[in-house]
Amino acid sequence: MHTRTLAQLSADLRARRVSATELTKHFLDRIARHDATLNAFITVTSEQALAAAAAADKRLGRGDATPLTGLPIAHKDIFCTAGVKTSCASKMLDNFVAPYDATIVERLQNAGVVMLGKTNMDEFAMGSSNETSFYGPVKNPWDHALVPGGSSGGSAAAVAARIAPAATGTDTGGSIRQPAALTGITGIKPTYGRVSRYGMIAFASSLDQAGVLTQTAEDAALLLEAMAGFDERDSTSLDDAVPNYSKLVNEPWERVTIGVPESFFDAGLEADNAKALRVALKELEKLGATLKPIELPHIHLSVPAYYVVAPAEASSNLSRFDGVRFGYRSAAKADDLLSFYMRNRGEGFGPEVKRRILTGAYVLSAGYFDAYYLQAQKVRKLVSDDFTRAFREVDFVAGPTTPAPAFGLGQKTGDPIQMYLNDIYTIGANLAGLPAMSLPCGVVRGLPVGLQLVAPPLHEAQLLKTGHYFQRVTDWHQRVPANYA
Amino acid sequence: MTWETVIGLEIHAQLATASKIFSGASTKYGAAPNTQASLVDLGYPGVLPVLNGDAVRMAVKFGLATHCKIAQRSIFARKNYFYPDLPKGYQISQYELPIVHGGHVDVQLPDGSTRHVNIVRAHLEEDAGKSLHEDFAGMSGIDLNRAGTGLLEIVSAPDMRSAQEAGAYMRKIHALVRYLEICDGNLQEGSFRCDANVSVRRVGDTKLGTRTELKNLNSFRFVEKAIEIERDRQIELIEGGGKVTQETRLFDPDREETRPMRSKEEANDYRYFPDPDLLPIAVDDALIERVRATLPELPDAKRERFTNAYSLSAYDADVLTVDKRLADYFEAVVKATKAAPKIAANWVMGELTGALNRTNVDIDASRVSAATLAALLDKIEAGTISGKIAKEVFEAVWNGEGSVDAVIEKRGLVQISDTGAIDKLVAEVIAANAAQVEQFRAGKQQVLGFLVGQVMKMSKGKANPQQVNEALRKQLGA
Amino acid sequence: MLGPDDIRRLCRLARLDISATEIADASAKLSSIVAMVDQLQAVDTAGVVPMAHPLDRPQRLRADVVTDVDRHELYQRNAAQVERDLYLVPKVIE
Repeated sequence: MHTRTLAQLSADLRARRVSATELTKHFLDRIARHDATLNAFITVTSEQALAAAAAADKRLGRGDATPLTGLPIAHKDIFCTAGVKTSCASKMLDNFVAPYDATIVERLQNAGVVMLGKTNMDEFAMGSSNETSFYGPVKNPWDHALVPGGSSGGSAAAVAARIAPAATGTDTGGSIRQPAALTGITGIKPTYGRVSRYGMIAFASSLDQAGVLTQTAEDAALLLEAMAGFDERDSTSLDDAVPNYSKLVNEPWERVTIGVPESFFDAGLEADNAKALRVALKELEKLGATLKPIELPHIHLSVPAYYVVAPAEASSNLSRFDGVRFGYRSAAKADDLLSFYMRNRGEGFGPEVKRRILTGAYVLSAGYFDAYYLQAQKVRKLVSDDFTRAFREVDFVAGPTTPAPAFGLGQKTGDPIQMYLNDIYTIGANLAGLPAMSLPCGVVRGLPVGLQLVAPPLHEAQLLKTGHYFQRVTDWHQRVPANYA
Repeated sequence: MTWETVIGLEIHAQLATASKIFSGASTKYGAAPNTQASLVDLGYPGVLPVLNGDAVRMAVKFGLATHCKIAQRSIFARKNYFYPDLPKGYQISQYELPIVHGGHVDVQLPDGSTRHVNIVRAHLEEDAGKSLHEDFAGMSGIDLNRAGTGLLEIVSAPDMRSAQEAGAYMRKIHALVRYLEICDGNLQEGSFRCDANVSVRRVGDTKLGTRTELKNLNSFRFVEKAIEIERDRQIELIEGGGKVTQETRLFDPDREETRPMRSKEEANDYRYFPDPDLLPIAVDDALIERVRATLPELPDAKRERFTNAYSLSAYDADVLTVDKRLADYFEAVVKATKAAPKIAANWVMGELTGALNRTNVDIDASRVSAATLAALLDKIEAGTISGKIAKEVFEAVWNGEGSVDAVIEKRGLVQISDTGAIDKLVAEVIAANAAQVEQFRAGKQQVLGFLVGQVMKMSKGKANPQQVNEALRKQLGA
Repeated sequence: MLGPDDIRRLCRLARLDISATEIADASAKLSSIVAMVDQLQAVDTAGVVPMAHPLDRPQRLRADVVTDVDRHELYQRNAAQVERDLYLVPKVIE
């Protein structure tokens, strides 16, 4: 049952082959069995899940169910959930119970989705390996000595190990796509503003976007269409109508042109990964896509631009964590405000978060603002313009999601730059606010790798459809790690 | 050595919106602590600001009234600093591109001259909460009800040269924001606050001296007092061979001194950058025209019209137009009465304002309506009562003794205009004041006034003074 | 290169306590990050308009309506120290 996709489970529920309660129990059992090893969850909400499943069963019985009613999923612990601990994997919020639901949590709940729990992640989504979590690293289900990627590592591991059929995630620089690639699942980051950020704890507000991690593109379409859409509580939410993704993915294939930046195949990409990617591109060609070499002349500047913009915004976004209204407060008694703030924040945040805050404070500080922050914004424009230019000629930009398959736990924690370079292919879409998806496209050294497709703004339907067609002719997305089959 | 004081003001006007600038919480003053602090105002994780459209329209309104340029595109920026009354650790403000900039106001000074004060900019931002210091075992309590209330920060150029000019400018802006109905102007409640940048230089110098920023100037009087004290401090310092330090100083009205603020000791590095949670504010011509259509007649225009249409002195027109509601009251009286506008002006500025102040009653709640005052003035005009008696009637009406007619009737205050009765009173006075009559006949004209007074006294003020005068002259054969 | 003094200054600015042992590590790592982002300095960006945000749209305006109700008891459950409905902090000195 656990290897079935959301779409299949939706059909099963409707045909009464399984009840929401049975389904929920099944996944709660799997979590209980496997999560001590994986550490994919920070909080498992068994009681609420069973109550929600019972309600979903009633709804299915009454006949007023949506296609999502009764489907269990997991939420990344960055989304606020009313009455449930919302930690952002930080000691700072270890005691934090959100008094409200994030918009996407609310929307999925209204559709009848059952929340299994809150997944582990990098602290405040800052990381590419899930090793910065206050709750310890998540293990890659393909090899427990490896990282699952990050920051949505718990969501990725949970879906890859089939202890949850799908999960939500957030992507600021690749945090959905990179772990999806490293765990062999599908992950999509929609256009900036397509999904409300309300209730999603901010990392870098101009880059953050919520999305999903699923087994298939078809499942992603199903979830995304319930999550996306205008939200008056988010000033940066787009009011464009949400297409019926799950219907559109099954419409007839149209000829597309896929741009392939040759610079993506340089020395930075592991050879076997490049080989797998070439094979995947051939599959797309066989489906009728035209491949076209293109150039993104400034894409190599994405990483440095990102590591100015993201920390700058983060340093400000994280100032609200001061131990006054919520969050960690040091046990040591502070006599003055300065030491009060410094202790609460110094003890509440982990080292990577502190580094980003300090980097952000530095690039925004007097005398450095123009050289760093403003210059990074200009480079961001150049990177964005590269995509705009490319999309005059092609429908998608294709490339690798990551430079290599999953790396070892602890392998890169000592060197932030090595860690940051993991996101070299994914960051461009965040800087430009574009929708992007990672699809499992091969195996390197027994480990999954991903194909990334980036599309013009609001072209999620086309992206998902291409993914769906690709997954009709490939089976990489059906592979399950041996221990979890 | 003569010194010149150079002053610029930063005025914070709380916008008169029902809800906060970025949240749906109420802005009502005086609520129980933290009952009007929403998740957005508290800076809760995950929540986002959404801009109140009326705040934008109010800023545009102010810009139009002060000849400012309205930016088609303006940007919210984050001003980053840590303080307990600032929940997010940053204030959403405007930095490089404010919504309004480059205007001016002309300020009338007591000596009749005018000071042209440039307005550098006016920008939208959010207010902070409040720290309460008393009685928490050495700790401070934070109330965030005020956090997130919309503010318009109005920054003047350093164009003022005395504490009086600064006070006059502040009053001018105060009157203006109330006319525009964009701020209730309540200084006690902190709806209208002011910081002053003060420096001194030797007369003739073109370079500005080092300035200090004065805080906590929450009344017109404090602004003037604080500036004078700070000016004296700076002059004394320089003349004693010292140097002014650029710093923020707190005005202490009890000790009549300014002193450096400890919380501002550290040089600030606010790390401003565009707020990524908010997009640029777009103001197009259509919006500007819609706002322009809502502009009331402004104080300057009204004052001009009052001097011309009602032949009032500049001073009278100024006093009457400071508060739009006072001006409206005055005009309602003028419209309804046969008395001259100058008479109406005297009564509004005198009896009415006096009674309002004495009883601490707002003009909207005046116990003597414009129609009532007009009726009262008509009684004087018709000779039914004297001006002096009218004051008594006003007082009685104010105290709730009934209508003008009822009070006159009940108290028997109708003026004595009967010639026979007046002649009789005059004859009695002449008989009783032989010595004064003698002096008058000897050519001492002033004595007539005394005799008139005696007649008025005998009539308990009710005799028509004009007729008394005539009757006296007649009987004395003058 | 960010030395220990730079780190201490930034820590104070960002209100982060840092132990003496952490300073050296932070100095090394921040220096390598800054060196990496220094690549940006070589890029010719003359005439390029800075891009602060991916959305090129104007800010939406909300109607001036009070929509929030008092829920301070719920909101204050997450606070470490509250007295008489006020959040407590070490004494604020103006």
